[in-house]
Amino acid sequence: MDAGKSLEPSVSIRSLRLDFGAVRVLRDLDLDIGQGEFLVLLGSSGCGKSTLLNCIAGLLEPTDGQIFIGGRNVTWEEPAQRGIGMVFQSYALYPQMTVRGNLSFGLQNARVARDEIERRVVKAAEMLQIVPLLDRKPAALSGGQRQRVAIGRALVRDVDVFLFDEPLSNLDAKLRADLRVELKRLHDRLGNTMIYVTHDQVEAMTLADRIAVMRGGAIEQLGSPDEIYNGPQTKYVADFIGSPSMNFLDGTISGGVFRAGDVAVALDRYAFRGKAAPDGRAWFGIRPEHVATGDAARGLPFTAEVPCDLVEPMGADTLVWATLAGQPFRIRMDGGARVRTGDRLAVGFDPARASVFDAGSELRV
Amino acid sequence: MADVMTSAALQAGPRGRRPRRAFSTSNIVIYGILGLVSLYYLLPLWVMVMTSLKGMPEIRLGNIFAPPVEVTFEPWVKAWAEACTGLNCDGLSRGFWNSVQILIPSVLLSIAVASVNGYALVNWKFKGSEVFFTCLIFGAFIPYQVMLYPIVILLREMGLYGTLWGLVLVHTVFGMPILTLLFRNYFASLPEELFKAARVDGAGFWGIYFRVMLPMSLPIFVVAIILQVTGIWNDFLFGVVYTKPELYPMTVQLNNIVNSVQGVKEYNVNMAATLLTGLVPLVIYFASGKLFVRGIAAGAVKG
Amino acid sequence: MAAARRPNALLRNPAAKIAAIPMILAVLFVFVGGTIWTVVYSFTGSRLLPRTNWVGLDQYERLWGTSRWLVAIENLLIFGTLSLIFTIGIGFLLAVLMDQKIRFEDTFRTIMLYPFALSFVVTGLVWQWILNPQFGVQHIVRDLGWETFTFDPLNDPDIVLYGLLIAALWQGTGFVMCLMLAGLRGIDDEIWKAARVDGIPKWKTYLFIVVPMMRPVFITTLVIVASGIVRLYDLVVAQTSGGPGNASQVPAMYVYDYMFQAQNLGQGFAASTMMLLSVLIVLIPWAYLEFGGKKGRGRG
Repeated sequence: MDAGKSLEPSVSIRSLRLDFGAVRVLRDLDLDIGQGEFLVLLGSSGCGKSTLLNCIAGLLEPTDGQIFIGGRNVTWEEPAQRGIGMVFQSYALYPQMTVRGNLSFGLQNARVARDEIERRVVKAAEMLQIVPLLDRKPAALSGGQRQRVAIGRALVRDVDVFLFDEPLSNLDAKLRADLRVELKRLHDRLGNTMIYVTHDQVEAMTLADRIAVMRGGAIEQLGSPDEIYNGPQTKYVADFIGSPSMNFLDGTISGGVFRAGDVAVALDRYAFRGKAAPDGRAWFGIRPEHVATGDAARGLPFTAEVPCDLVEPMGADTLVWATLAGQPFRIRMDGGARVRTGDRLAVGFDPARASVFDAGSELRV
Repeated sequence: MADVMTSAALQAGPRGRRPRRAFSTSNIVIYGILGLVSLYYLLPLWVMVMTSLKGMPEIRLGNIFAPPVEVTFEPWVKAWAEACTGLNCDGLSRGFWNSVQILIPSVLLSIAVASVNGYALVNWKFKGSEVFFTCLIFGAFIPYQVMLYPIVILLREMGLYGTLWGLVLVHTVFGMPILTLLFRNYFASLPEELFKAARVDGAGFWGIYFRVMLPMSLPIFVVAIILQVTGIWNDFLFGVVYTKPELYPMTVQLNNIVNSVQGVKEYNVNMAATLLTGLVPLVIYFASGKLFVRGIAAGAVKG
Repeated sequence: MAAARRPNALLRNPAAKIAAIPMILAVLFVFVGGTIWTVVYSFTGSRLLPRTNWVGLDQYERLWGTSRWLVAIENLLIFGTLSLIFTIGIGFLLAVLMDQKIRFEDTFRTIMLYPFALSFVVTGLVWQWILNPQFGVQHIVRDLGWETFTFDPLNDPDIVLYGLLIAALWQGTGFVMCLMLAGLRGIDDEIWKAARVDGIPKWKTYLFIVVPMMRPVFITTLVIVASGIVRLYDLVVAQTSGGPGNASQVPAMYVYDYMFQAQNLGQGFAASTMMLLSVLIVLIPWAYLEFGGKKGRGRG
């Protein structure tokens, strides 16, 4: 077992397929989640991320495929037997029971000894700082407190894998940020495997060891937040991650140079996946925050002068809508930048930081 | 990481859907109970239809659940055109036409009044409007018997006692609580901005009602119609109290035919008459499907 | 200055107020006025016509000294209790069965609910026929070989209430089932998921989590069913006419007979006031629970 621990994934999904009638919700999914890993399933609504999580939990039956948790084939097992704890978006607390009742009800059913229940409840309550709330009912708690209780209910189960189904979506922005930090701390402390579904890329980037970006029932890209952000493998991922989202210029590559209208970008610094630059139509993507302006732009491999069409000051930074090669082009500048609509702006970027996608397959080249 | 398992090969053991017997114990119990219960619900309808298609000799000899050996429609004809109540022997048809005459104006009037009420209560609240509404809802639970006689006096004062129009008025008043609630809840669920926008555009009370609210409320009107048609058609008490024998609605006449003590009991005719009376609400019910459910759910007071 | 004055509150939005006149009249003259009128006149000795010859509580004393009224009240209590327990109990159980993601749900619902669309008169007459001792259930069971089988509720004063109960359940359980099913469907799906992850068996989830959550639905159903039972009239008239003897009398029949047949209005008023009282006993605590906390409503 000792040797296996590092090698054997905590949760494995094999060729998982789920059909609702004629609709294929999950398409032959394979995924391995390491012991103690924090994996985020990220995607827009309807991409199948929650469905996948429900399959792992055993709340939905897959049409085909297998699920392993802790090396055990749990495909046919009841949720309670899978060694998982789950936290839901709507908290799903039992409204007529006190916080203590909520935490202990499952354990009582599993016939755990009373002092053991008490020990686990107190431990979880201390960890989540909800000890003073133990005798209150959920209706008397704030949203943040309710979600702590819901997390506590998963904690007392003393399991290796925690599943989170958009747990912070019902909270307001400030609470969400607080609880996010706390979840991260909790993960550091417990070292459990956590699978976390969200549509919020900030949550994904901050919490995840690895992110699985899902689309149309399949995993579009699986990688660390850094890989997802800097090296998106498809145009969809590039577009989905990052706010404001990436600029895409529609053009063609020939002879190692990307051309769109009167703009030509030499791609000699760009790390192509193949040996050389493939010729043909392509999307050239560069993040607004990777575009330098003014003095900083000078000396960069690519420079140009663009007109400012619109300026959106956002406090910490300022978003400038400009036009490059006749196509919309966003630039993220420092919040202190003095730019006005109608100004002309010197911009520049390093193609090494860009992402180029084939226009047909929308895959990274 | 030399991941052995990441090769997507499936392993032996459980995969896909958990195999399930089509006849699991729980399924047998669930469908068994539902089947038995359905039988209990369907039985009376079956008995009614079967009895109404048999001749009296066959009824005397046979089993009320058995289908007729010889199908006859004579009981239906008799129930419709010849059955006697007291001295009148022109069948249930008179009650039917009375009911129709009561039903149409009652439904129209009660819905018109209640929809305007609901609309006024949501969008044009005035001082005391909620108090009146609360009284109205309480009125839905007060036993009608308490208000029976005062209404006799009111109708007599208006010269409507014993007339169809008097009964129409009574149905309008007693339909008010539930219908007003129905419309109030529906109009309250419409976005308030719609109403505000219409007001900013200069529309008045009736303008907004007819041009904005009505066109958006077709489904709730259908629900209200279903509710009222079945409710008014099935009324017995008001018909007995506020009309006179020539004007009795179908339910009252049916009861008088079947429960009359004179003459030989003709069970087949009685059942045909009973079915005839039940036909209108049944047709409405089967035609309306889920809307009927929505109508009765509105009865579960939700503020 | 005068033109800028705020218009009188009474005259603002005149159309809305004119439109509300029918409601106001109905409330003032029928629902409130009529009720008060009846209560007031129950203290008079009115016979054929309402008169204001005050007799204090005489009518009530007579009422509670009349065996027919006492039977009616006893019947109402027995029938009401049984009917409440069974309609709500069966209605809930059926709703639970219907909630098991079954096939043909619409068909089952259609079957269970159609009696509710029928008139009580129709219901009463059908069951009168089915329970007919000469041709109905008793006859058929005897034909099957059980010669001594007796089930004749319509002619047996001891069990006539059960005959009514069978008919009342037939008509009303489908309705309660629909209300309960709507309540069950209103419960957050994630509660069920959480209970499954917690390993709580289904029956325990229903008993300890779902039923407590459905308390408002139960209370509302109780009030609707109870107020319907108090005014029960048509069914009894059609099915048993209050017989055999006076065995299935109910208060509503007593009221009708004294008001419109026996020409003893005062008795009718006193009896209907008692009916009102019995409804208020149910209604006031409920209204207090539901609307008492004003803004602090649990759920709308």
